[in-house]
Amino acid sequence: MKAKHQRLALALVALGGIAGAGVLAASALRDEAAYFRTPAEVAGGKAAVGEAMRLGGMVAKGSIARQSDGLTIRFVATDGKATVPVEYKGIVPDLFGEESGMVADGRMRADGTFVADRILAKHDERYMPPQMGEMPKNMKAPKNVKATAWP
Amino acid sequence: MIAELGLALLWIAAALACLSLVAGILFLRGGPKDLAALVRPASVAQGVLTAAAFGLLIALFVRSDMSVELVARNSNSLKPMIFKVAGTWGNHEGSMLLWLMILSLSGGLIAIFEKRLREDTLVATLAAQAALSLGFFAFLLFSSNPFKRLPVAPPDGQGLNPLLQDIGLAFHPPTLYVGYVGLSVAFSFAVGALITREIGPAFARAMRPWVLGSWIFLTLGITAGSYWAYYELGWGGWWFWDPVENVSLVPWLAGAALLHSVAVTATRNALRAWTVMLAVIGFSMSMVGTFIVRSGLLTSVHSFAVDPERGTFLLVLMAIYIGGALTLFALRAGSVAEGKKFALLSREGSLVINNLLLTTILALVLLGTLYPIVAEAMGEKISVGPPYYNKVAGPLALILCLVMVAGPLLSWRKDDGKRLWSRLPLAVFAGAAVLFGLVLFGGKVGILPLLGMTVAGVVAVASLAPLWGRNLRRTPLPTWGMVVAHFGVAVCLAGMGAESAFIKERLVAAAPGDDIRIGDFSVKFAGVKPVAGPNYTAIEGTLVATTASGSRFTMRPEARTFPGLMGTAPTETNEAALLTRPGGQLYAVLGQPVTSDEGRADRYQIRLWWKPLVWWIWLGGALIAIGATLSLLGRAQLLAIWRSRRHRKSQERFAP
Repeated sequence: MKAKHQRLALALVALGGIAGAGVLAASALRDEAAYFRTPAEVAGGKAAVGEAMRLGGMVAKGSIARQSDGLTIRFVATDGKATVPVEYKGIVPDLFGEESGMVADGRMRADGTFVADRILAKHDERYMPPQMGEMPKNMKAPKNVKATAWP
Repeated sequence: MIAELGLALLWIAAALACLSLVAGILFLRGGPKDLAALVRPASVAQGVLTAAAFGLLIALFVRSDMSVELVARNSNSLKPMIFKVAGTWGNHEGSMLLWLMILSLSGGLIAIFEKRLREDTLVATLAAQAALSLGFFAFLLFSSNPFKRLPVAPPDGQGLNPLLQDIGLAFHPPTLYVGYVGLSVAFSFAVGALITREIGPAFARAMRPWVLGSWIFLTLGITAGSYWAYYELGWGGWWFWDPVENVSLVPWLAGAALLHSVAVTATRNALRAWTVMLAVIGFSMSMVGTFIVRSGLLTSVHSFAVDPERGTFLLVLMAIYIGGALTLFALRAGSVAEGKKFALLSREGSLVINNLLLTTILALVLLGTLYPIVAEAMGEKISVGPPYYNKVAGPLALILCLVMVAGPLLSWRKDDGKRLWSRLPLAVFAGAAVLFGLVLFGGKVGILPLLGMTVAGVVAVASLAPLWGRNLRRTPLPTWGMVVAHFGVAVCLAGMGAESAFIKERLVAAAPGDDIRIGDFSVKFAGVKPVAGPNYTAIEGTLVATTASGSRFTMRPEARTFPGLMGTAPTETNEAALLTRPGGQLYAVLGQPVTSDEGRADRYQIRLWWKPLVWWIWLGGALIAIGATLSLLGRAQLLAIWRSRRHRKSQERFAP
């Protein structure tokens, strides 16, 4: 009788734990999963001001402007359909350049500029989100740098 | 000739795996007893031949034999020797052969050393191991032949990705692999014991050292990988929740859970079904990880070339192994379930909670890793980042640590709350002291780092409690192991908390002669100069860091450019400079030159971080691995044998 109760208690603890973890995961996924947007989607009004997101696109030719403080850069991200101005303060990754792909983590400012906290260049060997493969076909793919590290 | 010989050895080894499997099955179905005698030597020979084939592949890389496609694609005759050797496993085919070699060698080791199991269970285990390696032999020989020749040998190879030309990364994959594949042995033991229905303390004791061993390597691999990412990538972070990091963390979590549940099965003959289940989950997670990384489903630092065919092959293998093991488990679970009874408040009870928490964290991490893949298949593009993982894994990990505080202080079978409470005052006091200290003097600290450091204080004190009142020299090694590993968790947690709570960052465009203040340091930017490396050129910055007490240290961060080989684009990497002090690390990265309005590059972007106690994170990881090693040494009874021998000798000496 007693053993049975204990097993029941254990099962209830486990069940409660799993339910709690499920709720936690669901709410965290809803809040924290960063949505990946293209400039066309941003132009289409899909990105709310202040909402954390990832912007993927190509750096438009001739658009990189370095500011006089030496640290801030501005450029235009494009997907061939629309453009979004991006501002970033920091050291850009090695493979960042004009006409190459990039992904920026950040949020939209009210004036329509995307303020990036972090920039990842396409084939920056540090990281490349899978969505980069989804960039429009008409864009020239930057030279492939073979990434062969495991694990 | 070397390449052809290597390929031939692989085919023979595969045939031996086939032989072990067939002989094993026939024996278990009531065939002649002689068949069992075949399985052991076949397993050993399979291990030796696969190792020889791997040795030959290394030889091809050492000789820079460009007529072999793999060498031409991944090596270069100008590379330093150590990286030629490491290039052997720095690619898909080579690392698969490494994986297979470890798989086969561990089968051979079981065949030689395992003496505790019944013969039929041992044969079933070896047959299961042979079945595993057979699948990977098929994968290697049919879709990823490492010994493939090129019709025309190029004059030189394409070289290895410069980021990989790093001593840390050369030895990181093999370490992690031993851990991954070591879990295959636990898997085979579980399958073997399920087949012969011999699940109990003997089986758990046989499996335990393998679980400990592979978990040690996983711990070392993850710790080393984290440190590599920290100093090499120039981001200054030690964990990114990158999908590939996650798939190494998931088997580690399974291993940690298995380690604790197998202890219960071995000493108390309880949690039997759960232990078997975890052994199946552990290796399944290794395979899921390999599949995710190799299938091209996600692209990351670590993934090799995208190849759907290989992905499908792995998916089929995975379905057969995991599905087969789970089916077997479902069929036999009823007969293994019952075990010895225990109260909820007992050592067993705490280990059950530990297991539940570890598997929940495992499931949540796996969910976050797979969710974007599934969402993308359904047409939605999302990416799951650190905020999710921190939110779900952080609190659970802290609760897990509190269970870790109580567990070792509880007695087996049954305990009572008052007794537990009476053993905790010092630990609670330590936690309270840390908490008050942080609240009073820490300034603004986030809730997770605050709790992390507080729990670290509690764990640090409580982990030492099992040694209280004991004769330290007579304390058994596994107890020492537990104490050291749990203390390591506290050290690691303290490092993580302090780093994220008190990190300081400066980003400046500095001209030579400028002073940058960060934390207690004053850093003078002395200027830059070009330097030449063996296969790269670099700009090296000189920074002189002066501490509050006046000590001076020179730091030399570099921005390196590797020339493109065979038509590939040049690659640039950052070499951060690290200054390690007792209180933490100063981390410096040299960025791009800043051109003035007149077009002159007179300033440089420099990023500095002061990271308090950051090195405690890896120290903690090392302590966890050391603790597990002590435990393994104790379990393997090596020390006991050695001691008894010495004892006998000394007795002989004093004998009249």
